[in-house]
Amino acid sequence: MMIPIQLKKASKKKILVVSAGLMLIGLTLYFITSGKEEEGGVPDVVDFNFHVRPILSDRCFKCHGPDANKRQANLRLDTEEGAYAALKEDPSKHIIVPGDPMQSALYARLITADTAEVMPPPSSNLSLTKNEIEIIKKWIAQGAKYKKHWSFIAPVRPKVPEADEDLNPRNPIDHFIFTTLDKVGLEPNAEASKEALLKRVSMDITGLPPTIEQQERFLADKSPNAYEKIVDELLASKHYGEKMAIQWMDLARYADSHGYQDDGLRTMWPWRDWVIHAFNSNYPYSKFLTWQLAGDLLPNPSKEQLLATGFNRNHKITQEGGVIDEEYRIEYVTDRTNTVGKAFMAITLECAKCHDHKYDPVSQKDYYSMFAFFDKVPEKGLVGTIDASFADPPSMKISTADVSSILAFINKKDTMDVSVMVMKDSVGIRETQLLRRGVYDQKADTVQMATPASILTYNPKKYEQNRLGLAKWMIDPQNPLTARVYVNRIWHELFGRGLVKTSGDFGMQGELPSHPELLDWLAVEFRESGWDIKKLIRLIVTSSTYRQSAQRTSDKFQKDPDNKYYSFFPRLRLSAELQRDLLLTASGILNPEIGGPSVKPYQPKGVWEATTSGRGELAKYIQDKGDKLYRRGLYNFIKRTAPPPALLIMDASTRDQCEVTRSRTNTPLQALVLMNDPQLLEAARVLAQRTSNLNLSEDQKLDRLFRLVLCRKANEKEMKMLKGYYLQEKNKFIQQKDKAEGFLKAGEFEQIKTKNIAETAALMQVNQMIFNLDETTVK
Amino acid sequence: MENQEKQFRLNVTRRHFLTKAGLGFGSAALGSMLFKDQLFGADAQSSIPLGLAQYAPKAKRIIYLFQNGAPSQLETFDYKPLLNKMHGEELPASIRMGQRLTGMTANQEKFPLVGSSFGFSQHGKSGAWISELFPNIASIADDICIVKTMNTEAINHDPALTFFQTGAQQGNRPSMGAWMSYGLGSENSNLPSYTVLLSRGRGNGQGVYSKLWTNGFLDSVHQGVVFSSGDDPVLYLNNPEGHDKQSRRDMLDQLAKFNAEAFDNFGDPEINTRIKQYEMSYRMQSAVPELTDLSKESDNTIKMYGPDCLVPGTYAANCLLARKLSESGVRFVQLYHQGWDTHGNLVNDMRMQAEDVDRASAGLIKDLKQRGLLDETLVIWGGEFGRTNYCQGKIDGANYGRDHHPKCFSIWMAGGGIKPGTVYGETDEFGYNTIKDPVSVHDFHATVLHLMGINHEQLTYRHLGRRYRLTDVAGQVVNGIIA
Repeated sequence: MMIPIQLKKASKKKILVVSAGLMLIGLTLYFITSGKEEEGGVPDVVDFNFHVRPILSDRCFKCHGPDANKRQANLRLDTEEGAYAALKEDPSKHIIVPGDPMQSALYARLITADTAEVMPPPSSNLSLTKNEIEIIKKWIAQGAKYKKHWSFIAPVRPKVPEADEDLNPRNPIDHFIFTTLDKVGLEPNAEASKEALLKRVSMDITGLPPTIEQQERFLADKSPNAYEKIVDELLASKHYGEKMAIQWMDLARYADSHGYQDDGLRTMWPWRDWVIHAFNSNYPYSKFLTWQLAGDLLPNPSKEQLLATGFNRNHKITQEGGVIDEEYRIEYVTDRTNTVGKAFMAITLECAKCHDHKYDPVSQKDYYSMFAFFDKVPEKGLVGTIDASFADPPSMKISTADVSSILAFINKKDTMDVSVMVMKDSVGIRETQLLRRGVYDQKADTVQMATPASILTYNPKKYEQNRLGLAKWMIDPQNPLTARVYVNRIWHELFGRGLVKTSGDFGMQGELPSHPELLDWLAVEFRESGWDIKKLIRLIVTSSTYRQSAQRTSDKFQKDPDNKYYSFFPRLRLSAELQRDLLLTASGILNPEIGGPSVKPYQPKGVWEATTSGRGELAKYIQDKGDKLYRRGLYNFIKRTAPPPALLIMDASTRDQCEVTRSRTNTPLQALVLMNDPQLLEAARVLAQRTSNLNLSEDQKLDRLFRLVLCRKANEKEMKMLKGYYLQEKNKFIQQKDKAEGFLKAGEFEQIKTKNIAETAALMQVNQMIFNLDETTVK
Repeated sequence: MENQEKQFRLNVTRRHFLTKAGLGFGSAALGSMLFKDQLFGADAQSSIPLGLAQYAPKAKRIIYLFQNGAPSQLETFDYKPLLNKMHGEELPASIRMGQRLTGMTANQEKFPLVGSSFGFSQHGKSGAWISELFPNIASIADDICIVKTMNTEAINHDPALTFFQTGAQQGNRPSMGAWMSYGLGSENSNLPSYTVLLSRGRGNGQGVYSKLWTNGFLDSVHQGVVFSSGDDPVLYLNNPEGHDKQSRRDMLDQLAKFNAEAFDNFGDPEINTRIKQYEMSYRMQSAVPELTDLSKESDNTIKMYGPDCLVPGTYAANCLLARKLSESGVRFVQLYHQGWDTHGNLVNDMRMQAEDVDRASAGLIKDLKQRGLLDETLVIWGGEFGRTNYCQGKIDGANYGRDHHPKCFSIWMAGGGIKPGTVYGETDEFGYNTIKDPVSVHDFHATVLHLMGINHEQLTYRHLGRRYRLTDVAGQVVNGIIA
């Protein structure tokens, strides 16, 4: 009976609140606070970080926060000194009197009915709920203690709590998760079926579905560590690096074109090959980070270390004639600064480009001090117009000799050298100056390279004044963010949401961690393991939490509609690339080649042509032929101004800028792609033709198709449904042979002769239906 | 009990959806496209999207005829006879006032003023000056409001277009149409709420890019859907060869059965949403071709838009299609027409461009009017910036060119709450600076949102710790152009 009441409350909020902004706050709070406050209560002990700061930050800091220029009434609530200060107009009164809300001007201004006095002012479209005001009141009554923002305090390994042994906790992750579940009155699900687990872990580690052979082997293996063996096998697969690269390419805004206007070709793909190689070689995250940030500044850098720095050159570059050079050069430095902030630190530095950050302790000076690290590159805003260069300087050349020796992981077949943009610093090239309002020609004070002190002081004795120093700062054990941000990102990838839901924002406007202790435990464990990424993934996927089934009950819905406590495994739709990989693999047409120049598979006519002015190498889409049509999705050529539509419709990144999380939508256009994309029709056709020629009964054939795609055996009911549909289609195609022939034309893949066209067409139809099942596209 | 359970699941779906979609009113609104029947049909929640409206909306839908490449204000709607008098003379420094120039003319030694080679005359009750290149637009002078004092911050195409469409020169912000879709949803559950039509004229072109119709950080359901003139009016719309409507229907029925099994097993509301999406895609397969079939239009209609409207992919055909989409309830129809980038050869290029767009632009207004739709449809015509009053390079006999100019340029708007038959704003005699009533891009956005019934300061979306608006941190509603 609790549920209708809760829902009613939520809807009431929606109706009462006028502005979209307010609506947002209402719901956000509704979901982030723990059970008790949701019902309108106030916690016994009010914690500044978990209860008070989210309210102050969201509703007050815009005018009474870190931004000195926009601060109203010279009053700030983000620091203890500011909040305890005496009022200017009446020094006998104080904004907050710890322990005494009734004497605190803050509380008085929250509860007054006088619209001229009330805070926040009505014109801000912001307000506090009654419950929030109660929280503030109690916090003041309890002493109004301030704390440093949680993510700016370096993590310390917490004690692993005891968990109920009956629930089969396998490692510390389970201890943390199960203890919290117990508190909210939930239990984890039982383990998923072996088949479901195998598909899940395969899609998560290699991004490819298990073959029938793998399925049978795993089902037959009754040893207690059968699952762990599979996990190790998958982690050792060379496809692991490809799967891991997809997320990194989004963060690094990797693309095959420059990104502005006519959008010329660029050749950054060797950098992408390096990313795959780095993951496959299980480079420690500290090394992975250091090489990308500062490979060029290492002593006697190798070509590989240099190549890694391409990370910071993946930003867009203009080729529009007539642009002002400096305006765009500044734009590139800005992009690097923001990307590094989001990708490694999960801090929205860009908010401080034009003014002091309104919520986080990042001043405009801090911003340009970070900016300074990326501002010493000998580069131009505009090197030339369309097709002037595939790799603007500074760049490196990769020769065939390199590829046959030191850079063997690069899949370069062409004997021509390929140029890749990389980082380089020129000493004394320019002083970095703060830009007023962020405008490129409004130069103000000179700044030195440094990071925001509120996170971790940039000690010049410990860290050099360059990107290498920055990398050392990042992986310093005292850095509170780096390890947390990365383990959270991996968790997000596996569970569909981070322990901090806002994976790209660990600042004050970000959400608080759902399991702060688990996050810290994982972060410390990860760092102390030597930043071992495979070990981290192994730890998570071998936990009981990960191995749960995906069934949910209404009880679980009631208590935790978002499944933020993980009482079941979330059903997550596969990413755009992986949906494609799964279907091509199941159909046996995937070309498993790794790396190399990006490819141009089937694409509807006119997507590039309708947008271009006609200039440049990429004005026309020239589709590839043969093997190149069947490469994995991550190799799909990304022209930024007209990205591959099938991927975009499935929520892939446009690679316009650093993207931390993709959305997961459910739209009719996605249905159209899955039903009508020639690539998938072709896959269905080839699979049908090959299956048709197998020496199997009709039932066995249907069973096989289902198993290849769904990675499990069909149950009796499903078999019956499949058979019924198959026979219906077969009859239809017997009547209409021309339709069968037309249907079987799909794709350029070599036609395979079969004895019975109607049977083959019907099998193809069944394949198509199976491809479109909800379960198929879910991991 | 069973009913209670069903209702419960329904509610969870709704809530689940709202959380996921970013917690705004708009996410509720997008439900009208996603699963209208299930969630936003007959129950009380259907008022949510309207709840966002701060004022009674004056317009329900928008058709934006974007003239990509930037048509010169001096050859269209901003009559400056002084330039003809001073033809060839140097632009006074007191007029330029240090305005920054593009890389194309920054190094020019001389800035010779050029007068328009086209004649101007006055039209309508307002006596609006309109160039002889646009006789049809001149004939609707009493229906339109010309804004002569638009200005922008950007001076190059890519950032200027991006600024006009997303409110920021850089960064992957949601486009205007995506904001509308987010804020107001769709009026037609068989069609996307935001569609994009592309055409190219004969003049010097500047391409467009998908970031102009991007959803940015909003859910991708708000992305502009390109309707093309090819075989597939919407990408992936057509059934494959050997497939007819019946076989598609049969497949969907099978899919629904299997998916229902999966729902019983997993209890995941996304499965039901997915079933609905497949049904909608099926309806789109019929609805879209009917809509894009222009062959059944009356002779009278064809006459209004001009014979080109029967040639798929032309500006005229897109104007006609825009009317049909809009009439069917598409919230935002965005056209782009390339070819206005007249750095050189302006006289010839402007003539060709005007020929291609004049009749159809005016035809669209007349057509909407005769159908009684103009009152509720806001039509916007204009480019991303203006052009300089001085010649790019040297004046070559009767030929000249104009560089990019951000400080003043002309657009026009009609219908949906716009004060008809008016000219707004004044520029100086040189057509270089604004002397009265400047309108910034943020002001323009604020005004368009206002006409749609939305307070631009309240349509927000929280992303990475900050609430974003189409109007960023600026924008004033331009009351002077509102009826």
